[in-house]
Amino acid sequence: MGIEQIIFYLFAGILLAAAVSVVTVRNPVYAALFLILAFFSSSAIWIMLEAEFLGVTLILVYVGAVMVLFLFVIMMLDINIDIMREGFIRYLPVGLVVAVIVAAEMIYVLSSESLNRAMPVAKAADYSNTKELGRILYTDYVYPFEIAAVILVVAIIAAIVLTHRKRAPNVKSQNPSRQVRVKRGDRIKLVKMDAEKQPEAGTEGGK
Amino acid sequence: MIATVQHWIKSFTLFELLKGMSVTGRRLFSRKVTIQYPEEKTPISPRFRGHHALRRYPNGEERCIACKLCEAVCPALAITIELAERDDGTRRTTRYDIDMFKCIYCGFCEEACPVDAIVESRHFEYHFEERGENIMTKEKLLAFGDKHEAMIARDKAADAPYK
Amino acid sequence: MDNLISIWNLVPEALQTLIVILLKIVAIVLPLILAVAYTTYAERKIIGYMQVRLGPNRVGPKGWLQPIADTVKLMFKEVILPSEANRFVFYFAPIMALTPALVAWAVIPFSSGMWLADINVGLLFILAITSLDVFGIILAGWASNSKYAILSAMRAGAQVVSYEIAMGFALVGVLMAAGSLNLREIVEAQSGGITQWFIWPLFGLMLVYFISGVAETNRAPFDVAEGESEIVAGFHVEYSGMAFALFFLGEYANMLLISAVAAILFLGGWLSPFESIDALTELPYIGLLFGNGIHWFFIKVAFFIFLYLWFRATFPRYRYDQIMRLGWKILIPVTLVYIFAEGVAIYLGWKPWLS
Repeated sequence: MGIEQIIFYLFAGILLAAAVSVVTVRNPVYAALFLILAFFSSSAIWIMLEAEFLGVTLILVYVGAVMVLFLFVIMMLDINIDIMREGFIRYLPVGLVVAVIVAAEMIYVLSSESLNRAMPVAKAADYSNTKELGRILYTDYVYPFEIAAVILVVAIIAAIVLTHRKRAPNVKSQNPSRQVRVKRGDRIKLVKMDAEKQPEAGTEGGK
Repeated sequence: MIATVQHWIKSFTLFELLKGMSVTGRRLFSRKVTIQYPEEKTPISPRFRGHHALRRYPNGEERCIACKLCEAVCPALAITIELAERDDGTRRTTRYDIDMFKCIYCGFCEEACPVDAIVESRHFEYHFEERGENIMTKEKLLAFGDKHEAMIARDKAADAPYK
Repeated sequence: MDNLISIWNLVPEALQTLIVILLKIVAIVLPLILAVAYTTYAERKIIGYMQVRLGPNRVGPKGWLQPIADTVKLMFKEVILPSEANRFVFYFAPIMALTPALVAWAVIPFSSGMWLADINVGLLFILAITSLDVFGIILAGWASNSKYAILSAMRAGAQVVSYEIAMGFALVGVLMAAGSLNLREIVEAQSGGITQWFIWPLFGLMLVYFISGVAETNRAPFDVAEGESEIVAGFHVEYSGMAFALFFLGEYANMLLISAVAAILFLGGWLSPFESIDALTELPYIGLLFGNGIHWFFIKVAFFIFLYLWFRATFPRYRYDQIMRLGWKILIPVTLVYIFAEGVAIYLGWKPWLS
């Protein structure tokens, strides 16, 4: 067994253990941490497959951004584990059926002819799969790519529209754009006047 | 319109930020005002209110007549006085304690004193190492007054024209 | 010597590479930690000078031993676990804060030939690893079972995720100009003297990158996550001793990292500004100083670190909504416009930088 295989089985083992832990641990924060570990291990496996761009992007997007927001939500909510565990036995049959179907599908796909092809040859060291990915995305798959982008934008806008409520009219809020535009002249007025009342100053004196 | 353009130019050239940085940047090279405390000290006013002292008359008689004005005026209730008649018929304290932890160094005791007995000196570098040392007894205060009488007299003389 | 070489040859090859890598890691991490220690000293000294004070000057000659004394003090202090705190996560969080800050140094090229790993996606790797820093803060905030800490964790999380976008766009501009994600190639694309550096065509992106870098590391004026005056010390309010020291180490290692990346991306890393002036580089002895080398890298990193400290001495803290406004409404649109303009410039072949 070569060193690569040892590393592969190491990461694969960690990945599986972490994935199982995600659904079995009681504390949701631990579950999120195990999910992060799972992402890391799968990223390592991708990098071993010379898909370094995908591997690093997985960390950047899922661990660096998505999981941060996940943790954010988990910490804000006070999740009661007991209530969530109550229906476990009741939903078990449904869960088992789904699991069996997924397993059957995976076995069918993995044993089918389309996946059973020869090992790809390793590319030369100066081969950049980042460049290749970019080329393919913007030539062969440009329409799916753009459509996916549009769908994401729609999703973002929809989320904002759904959650953005008009404030009640009597609620005061700050507007930073207006605040930074305020100049000295808008707030204070300097008046030129004598420090003391002149004895015979007439009308425009101190008072 | 022109104001908006001005505002844009000002914000995107980071004008105000650079102005602020130039201020701190100049200060980086200016002369530093730090006093290196134990080696260097700032001048102290003769009115400085530090460690307390009980004074004596030049003939060695203690000034304090146990009138308890200082005890009454003390806003922190730091002073405790007990008194007795002495053999020669004069009124003297048997106990004059100042709790230095309670004292706020306001100087009221000094102002209240009709015979200039209790004073606050310019001495402020003292410390306590054990519990109980913070209670300044009559003996300690008198001893402190004896030790620094020259300094106290000089300070009081310097301040006298303004009283 | 010959003995040593013969012993070395007896070691199996796989182990040899492992030992070499470990030695390289030590050679990077030890000076890094020393640099962190003396960055804290520099910070206190420089901010002191800007505030017309002297700063630390008692421990050792001119206070040079101050960081050592601080470290020793922190090492001997007790690490206190707050009641009801989550024990595992509480101890795990400082490690999570420090690790990414050290890992990212793996791909930093210090000088030509001086790096631990020369990988194809170096820039992306750095972006990915720096995005993990926030986990330490969030986990610490949650595990401390303290209101200040959780507030700080929330602030830090939202802030870092927001500024990462602007930072990523700024990096996109660099990779468009250099045509590579490899840090070594990015530096090599800037060779040919000071005029070739990316700071000239990408000045706006450098500003955006550095501003987001300051925000990413939670430093003044973006230090709402620590905000001494509002939430005491934020996420590390419950930490003491070595656990606190790890946060401190992580923060400063991150500052150094952001500065190093800025130096590599925009100021040509180890390249000398006088590279193309042969009259200088061919001088006897001192010509070496004017030529390319690691000293230029250090000078550039020091410059950015100085900016960090200068900012901290100058600017008051942003309010939280102003931070969000700056990130989403100003920096991101600016980078988008800049990248578009840069694309046009590349298409038109704007000499001498973008062609």
